[in-house]
Amino acid sequence: MKALAARRHHRLAPVVLLLMALLVTGGIYAALAPTEAQAETVSTEDIETGKKLFQANCATCHGPNAEGTEGVPSLVGVGAAAVDFQVSTGRMPMQANGPQAMAKPPQFGPEQTAALAAYISSLGPGPAIPTDEQVDAELGDPANGMALFRTNCAMCHNAVGAGGALSEGKFAPSLFDTSERNIYQAMQTGPQSMPVFNDANITPDEKRDIIAFLVEQREGSAGGASLGSLGPVSEGVWAWVVGLGLLIGAAVWIGAKSS
Amino acid sequence: MSTAHDTATDGAAAPEPTTGMGKAADYLDQRTSIGAAVKEFARKVFPDHWSFMLGEIALFSFVALIISGIFLTMFFEPSMELTEYHGEHPATATGQLMSVAYASTLEMSFEVRGGLLMRQLHHWSALIFMAAIVVHMMRVFFTGAFRKPRELNWLVGFTLLILGLAAGFSGYSLPDDVLSGNGLRITDGVVKSIPVIGSFMSYMIFGGEFPGEHIIPRLFTIHILIVPALIVALIALHLFLMVLHKHTQYPGGGRTDKNVVGYPALPVYVAKMTGNFFIIFGVLTLMGATMAINNVWNYGPYDPSPVSAGAQPDWYMLFLEGSLRLMPGPGFEWEIFGYTLSMNVLIPAVIVPGILFTFLIVYPFVEARVTGDKREHHVLDRPRNVPVRTALGVAFLSDFILLAAAGSNDLIATHFGMSINQITWAYRILFFVLPVVAFVVTKRICLGLQRKDRELVLHGHESGRVVRYANGEYIEVHTPLGDQERWLRVNYDAPAPLEIEPKMDARGVKRKGYGADKRWQSLSRFFYEDRVEPVTPAELAAAHSHGDHDAIEGGRHAAPAAVGSGRTDGTDSQEH
Repeated sequence: MKALAARRHHRLAPVVLLLMALLVTGGIYAALAPTEAQAETVSTEDIETGKKLFQANCATCHGPNAEGTEGVPSLVGVGAAAVDFQVSTGRMPMQANGPQAMAKPPQFGPEQTAALAAYISSLGPGPAIPTDEQVDAELGDPANGMALFRTNCAMCHNAVGAGGALSEGKFAPSLFDTSERNIYQAMQTGPQSMPVFNDANITPDEKRDIIAFLVEQREGSAGGASLGSLGPVSEGVWAWVVGLGLLIGAAVWIGAKSS
Repeated sequence: MSTAHDTATDGAAAPEPTTGMGKAADYLDQRTSIGAAVKEFARKVFPDHWSFMLGEIALFSFVALIISGIFLTMFFEPSMELTEYHGEHPATATGQLMSVAYASTLEMSFEVRGGLLMRQLHHWSALIFMAAIVVHMMRVFFTGAFRKPRELNWLVGFTLLILGLAAGFSGYSLPDDVLSGNGLRITDGVVKSIPVIGSFMSYMIFGGEFPGEHIIPRLFTIHILIVPALIVALIALHLFLMVLHKHTQYPGGGRTDKNVVGYPALPVYVAKMTGNFFIIFGVLTLMGATMAINNVWNYGPYDPSPVSAGAQPDWYMLFLEGSLRLMPGPGFEWEIFGYTLSMNVLIPAVIVPGILFTFLIVYPFVEARVTGDKREHHVLDRPRNVPVRTALGVAFLSDFILLAAAGSNDLIATHFGMSINQITWAYRILFFVLPVVAFVVTKRICLGLQRKDRELVLHGHESGRVVRYANGEYIEVHTPLGDQERWLRVNYDAPAPLEIEPKMDARGVKRKGYGADKRWQSLSRFFYEDRVEPVTPAELAAAHSHGDHDAIEGGRHAAPAAVGSGRTDGTDSQEH
């Protein structure tokens, strides 16, 4: 009887066991599965919201189905990264026609931007928004980033990313205030005059190295005020205005001092 | 001779020095007779003006350069050997392959105590040194201080300017970073553009194909030995000539070409100079301590392939950069007998600076020739009184500044939201138009100021006192100028264009050298055709008798004569 009693289960025991097994499997899966943060959050609802936002704000130029019009690119296949870059930096919707779209305070909040990105990426596959880990400057190697930046980016963006001029009023913007995510996206998608640096050209790890280098520049110069990190021209202006200005002022003062 | 005699008699008569200082001075004097020299210098009179201290700024920043330079030499290794950097700072250099010269620059900036301060102090001093030289040169030019007997000292000063450029350029290239390497590459291109011998010269300079392994050690020798030695020697000569000629002075009452009005060197100028030295050193140190300059770790170790945006030389070379940027590339390069003639490099990099430097060298001699002037000058000109000189100086200066701005065209484009292409085209046109406009406008302003001076001397200041006469006429009383004011405005020369001998001599034969004379005369006309003569004493007297003249006029119109005489009285009472 005792033995029998020992083997007796509650009749709901298999269900409990099954639930526990499912929970464990699910828990392990959740912990171990590759995180596709973007893929998880995209829902049909987002895509619908995105489509509405697109048709209200973007379709005038990009066409009702984002197929592009004359002189305006098609957005099919540009991916969520391109949308996030353009919209979160305020470049799109474009304020005015000019040599290039200017950055401005973003017109859409993060959720709306995500909805737009979801809609555009539903039209065709393209680069996804990078994960936080991919753009974490702490994990990058600034020395390697500098070498890569020097050969790939500095000719337009200046040696430390202070920006530079391009032809006909276009320019490579300063990168001092650009978010890590946006820097990554710019390399990935090549907005406006910028070429695309795809993952075969500069690997994701190397992109993170470049971000690490750029983030390090924000700490300022070891030598004092960086004077805009613009090089000898700004140094010359300061030498003439501040340096020689003070010295000539002193000379006038000494000269005027009664002898 | 007399000095030794003086010392002997003084030694016998004067009491023994009691203080420590006195004893030391006496000891020195008995052995070197330096007392006489000190006495002479202490009593030497210098005129007082702030603009005479501009050269001092250059001199004292050179002292700062020498002191900080010696410090830097202790830690810099001029070698192009490759090495791997193991320092912790900056993080962007750790583990990178670079030249020993670059690595030692990083080490001196991050590992050596005070190293970065010294580097920045050195670099700021260099910029201020060159700026002070240019400003000093402008002062000398616009006031005519280069005239006889100072033409040679002008040339010494000019050579110092060129040596300053050489010192700056050679030092700028030493850290072997990307930015300065770009500059060297441009130099290489300019040297190669020289017809026929260019490529051979480039091989000689770099010891083979650019960049080679020799240029940094060679520049190091030039930078720390040859150029500074020449600068020191020429500064000594410059100052010696300054003392020998005595200092020029601004025009004013009692100041002539035969005297110097001012204060003795001791104590006045010794105190002022010492004070100025500490101010200059203080400002330079402040700049070195608070403002980053030439952070070579931003640019990375030299590699011939990359060029970053905003790559420019230091300001004093910027006009060359600008001239290269303005020159259109295609259409100016020809191949002749298998040799390439790169006029698109030769014109901007050799001919344009050549014109500027030639102007600076020959100007004092040309001006003396077209003025027909062989007198000594110790009283300076007011710039308005030599309109064509002033206008020429402003014209050259305007193009120099324009070229420097053209060298910064990319930064102007990004910071003012303009198109770099449009800026470049505007500058190309302005390069030819701006100096002409600057010349005409400056000359007109000068002539206008001279006329205003003339007006002022003849009629005096407007006093603001309006007087009504009995007949209802209103006049404003003019206050005549004081003696000092008048002296300043009437004591200048307004030379007329050269007169030359006639074409034919007495026998009716064409005179030798007539053609050259004719050309000099036309140049002289360019200088002195338009001029405003200073007020002569006769004119002044005539102006003061103005009232009498009016009185006669008034009489003719049957107006009361009392008005005229009344006005004369008014003027007289103002005068006395």
